Amino acid sequence: MPSIKIRRIAAGAAFSVVAFSLAACGPGDQAAGDFDDTVKVGILHSLTGTMAISESTLVDTQKMAIDEINAAGGVEVDGKKYKIEYIVEDGASDWPTFAEKAAKLIDQDEVPVVFGGWTSASRKAMLPVFESKDAFLYYPIQYEGQECSRNIMYTGATPNQQSEPATAFMFKESPAAGKPFYLVGSDYVFPRTSNTITKEQLKSLGGEVVGEDYLPLGNTEVAPIIAKIRTALPDGGVIINTLNGDQNVAFFKQIQDAGITPANDYYVMSYSIAEEEIGQIGPEFLEGHYGAWNYMMSIDTPASKTFAENFKKKYGDDRVVADPQESAYNMVYLWKKGVEKAGTFDNAAVRAALIGIKFDAPQGPIEVRPNHHISQTVRIGEITADGQFKIIEESDGPIDPQAWNQFEPSSKGYACDWSDPSKGERFRL
Amino acid sequence: MWAVQLLVESLFNGIAIGSVLLIAALGLAIVFGLMGVINLAHGELIMLGAYTTYVVQLIFRLPLFQPFFDAYVLVALPAAFLVSGVVGVLLERTVIRRLYGNPLETLLATWGVSLILQQFVRSVPLASATGLVLALFVGLLAPALLPSELMAGPRGRFTSAGIWAGAALMGVLAAAGLGSLVSSLSRANPRNVDVTAPAWMRGSLDLAGLTMPVPRLVIIAITVVAVLGIAWFLARSVWGMRIRAVTQNRPMSDCLGIPTETVDVLTFGVGSGLAGVAGVAVSLLGSVGPNVGTSYIVGCFMVVVLGGVGNLLGTVIASLVIGVMTDLIGAGRLLTAWPGMPSSMATVVDFFATTSMAQVLIFSLIVVFLQFRPAGLFPQKGRLVEA
Repeated sequence: MPSIKIRRIAAGAAFSVVAFSLAACGPGDQAAGDFDDTVKVGILHSLTGTMAISESTLVDTQKMAIDEINAAGGVEVDGKKYKIEYIVEDGASDWPTFAEKAAKLIDQDEVPVVFGGWTSASRKAMLPVFESKDAFLYYPIQYEGQECSRNIMYTGATPNQQSEPATAFMFKESPAAGKPFYLVGSDYVFPRTSNTITKEQLKSLGGEVVGEDYLPLGNTEVAPIIAKIRTALPDGGVIINTLNGDQNVAFFKQIQDAGITPANDYYVMSYSIAEEEIGQIGPEFLEGHYGAWNYMMSIDTPASKTFAENFKKKYGDDRVVADPQESAYNMVYLWKKGVEKAGTFDNAAVRAALIGIKFDAPQGPIEVRPNHHISQTVRIGEITADGQFKIIEESDGPIDPQAWNQFEPSSKGYACDWSDPSKGERFRL
Repeated sequence: MWAVQLLVESLFNGIAIGSVLLIAALGLAIVFGLMGVINLAHGELIMLGAYTTYVVQLIFRLPLFQPFFDAYVLVALPAAFLVSGVVGVLLERTVIRRLYGNPLETLLATWGVSLILQQFVRSVPLASATGLVLALFVGLLAPALLPSELMAGPRGRFTSAGIWAGAALMGVLAAAGLGSLVSSLSRANPRNVDVTAPAWMRGSLDLAGLTMPVPRLVIIAITVVAVLGIAWFLARSVWGMRIRAVTQNRPMSDCLGIPTETVDVLTFGVGSGLAGVAGVAVSLLGSVGPNVGTSYIVGCFMVVVLGGVGNLLGTVIASLVIGVMTDLIGAGRLLTAWPGMPSSMATVVDFFATTSMAQVLIFSLIVVFLQFRPAGLFPQKGRLVEA
């Protein structure tokens, strides 16, 4: 039956032609302007799998930042104008794939910089690749800290820029001020580290933690946790929530049915719920609870409004921008400024030049600190019925990042400083 | 008095957790228990049921149906049964029937199907998906309803082509109509979607100090009806008896004139339909997204294996036992019931009183139990066909 064979081969060939042409028209679809040369950067996020929903929003924002920079004349190095082109790779929600694709971007595509990652697991998988090849990764997500790589630029919040001010607010100023705390999280590194910090902080504030529970990833049965919260907090209190993804939906739907609501003096402070997640969970379940971020879509400044409007113009009116996206947007600009200050794309020079760079971000002014993290403003917001945050409190200007947490006993008294070769990743203050 | 209240509360919570497990595992108990098919796509059939609830909910938000919004769950239940049942029948006819007797290949193939279904709901607009399921439903059902002489002989091919053309047309029309009426269904949406229960199904009932969340009560009710219905179907109805006959001895049933292929399709269809009903139930509790099925599949197999493969009563008891144990251990009831226990013991109990550790402990207990009773709580007696 040769005809069938031939048909199969023809079908296969046709399929691969289609696949290749689809892959080929990915990057670089902007019109060429007056540029002297181009520079290719790497974008490495999950485009498939469970994390794709969240991470694809970062790819959208990074593309927007790159298009904006190109429209304004590109990156200027040594008097030459470079147009930024990007190579998007798919980490596929699989941590070894992140490491593999990072190595490919560095070795094969020879990109000077990679923007990528969301979960701490993906970052930890990529870290050895970037360190061994002395390349540079920009990581945009708020995380648990306790890390300070020479080869990573962290543009998300450290715990002292998110969870610590949030805990202080809940304990001192929220409607549940002075009441006991209950900690709920998914069972992996971020919630456990974050909760350790919260417990130590509450100890020093004089607050009380009456319980702590972790839900295994992939499990959405929250009934036992709700039973425990009701027993531990009979008269209301504060719930610190570090659950992940779908688990939040189950949690908020069911605590509302169980009467654990702001009306009954229970207030939940969440660290992983931004505007994007509010839409998915449903604002009717979240109204009156709190969140803490550096950027909130409701910030009433021209920079913030332009950012949100440009994003909607590009990707659709029903889209929202949230803190992780703002952070992903900022890091492209920070890299551009670093390269222009250094006058070269060379990694070591850009790394040194980056420290001290300032940028007027949608959230307000930010600055790269010597520990490869950035100083940012912290905001506490109450979730409203229309799916936005009503900003209740705002730090007085940007707060300096602490890579090594000062409440966590194992890192207390340590800091990180890459501007001084004798200090480096971890030194005693 | 407080001890009684604690007991009642714990029992209610346990039953609530167990009934979610039970409704999710019921369909699997049929296809795995009666047919021996390891269907790893069972979770995705649950997911399809949950998405059906979402689509029905959006249809009931249209001005025409808005007055009946409170009753949309009653429509979602049969709709989800049909959607998951149709997809299950398609799955059986195209993939699984070719693999009977090859459990390993079935396992791999159905796992592949589960990945395909997950990506399908991510990248295909729900309006088109609804149209597709409708077309499949009409195309698969029509030949059974038409007089058999139309389907036989040389004319049969034309009739069959005509049926599928008509079904495809209906599907396209339905997709276009739905897409234009509800704009959010006309675009592919990889994000999780929000199913909101009608007002009467939110909140909780307070009865003598016991707080019973209404969605949990609804799920318990759905589960009870589904279990009673399926038990009646298997024990009393003609087709139920045929299903049991084929399970017990396929060649002999075949000899006696039972259409075994039809029985296979029916069994798989009913099992899949029950997964759809489970989808409605879980959409009341948590989020609806492409991955919702994966969080239930392990629990489903655990319940069926613990209960004894092929035994409905075993599945019921196993899910209730796991539910009550999850609550007793995970919610730290022992500590509340006996606050004065010795401190060394209290430390141990406290250590296991988190959801993570409770799960570890329950899995370990099940492993130990299966060492002594490998066939589960209620082992199948007599000979098993195609073992």
